[in-house]
Amino acid sequence: MACFLVPAAEALVAAAVKKGAEKKETNNAKASETATEGKVKIPFSVKLKWLGRLLWGGSALLAFEHVWHGEIVPWFPFLTAASDPAGAAEMLREMATVGVGMAVLITLVWLVMCRAAERIVNRRDADDTQSMAEQEG
Amino acid sequence: MTLLITVFAAVIATVLWYNRKDDRMCLGTLCFLYWGASLMWLVDAIFEYAELKAEYFTPALEDMANDAFLGLSAVALGLVIWLVRLLIADPKGSVRAALKKQR
Repeated sequence: MACFLVPAAEALVAAAVKKGAEKKETNNAKASETATEGKVKIPFSVKLKWLGRLLWGGSALLAFEHVWHGEIVPWFPFLTAASDPAGAAEMLREMATVGVGMAVLITLVWLVMCRAAERIVNRRDADDTQSMAEQEG
Repeated sequence: MTLLITVFAAVIATVLWYNRKDDRMCLGTLCFLYWGASLMWLVDAIFEYAELKAEYFTPALEDMANDAFLGLSAVALGLVIWLVRLLIADPKGSVRAALKKQR
């Protein structure tokens, strides 16, 4: 009905946080971009960009699905379910269950992705160090 | 069916991204687009399964065809979004060069 609105709202929040993070990172570029204790760190704004893309991408295609099913219309109130109180209640219930579920799953996957990305970046660096040591040896 | 088609699109986009020869093709955008939609449709499918139980796996032929058509249309829309983004960003300068030539 309108479940995609929850991830879309999260995408807006992520975009706002990303703006803040970018400002912070440019202010102390040295600390954010390069290593702390020899470890490569991916800037938080880059990670937030990934989250935003996942959320916007999913929301866009789901919005299309809702248009396909006639749940979104080009006239007020734009959501057919919102035109009567019973439908609106059902829509809100779906947003609270399915919509929140979507936002939570995407966020969880993103968290796993960020953790994996940090590990991969540092693993590659370890490999580089090893190969350099082998070349020198 | 929609979920299945989108997952296939996401996997193909990711393989293409992994084997990319040119970073400027913005294939990452396509991956995020399809994976985001796949995850959302997965949640939708879980809730639907909780409601319908085994019936979820035996849809009517007409519903399946409609879902497949929707899935393919969603994949096409994703490709169009990616293409528009690519043309606007114009990382290779091809659009700019073509426009300059016409002047």
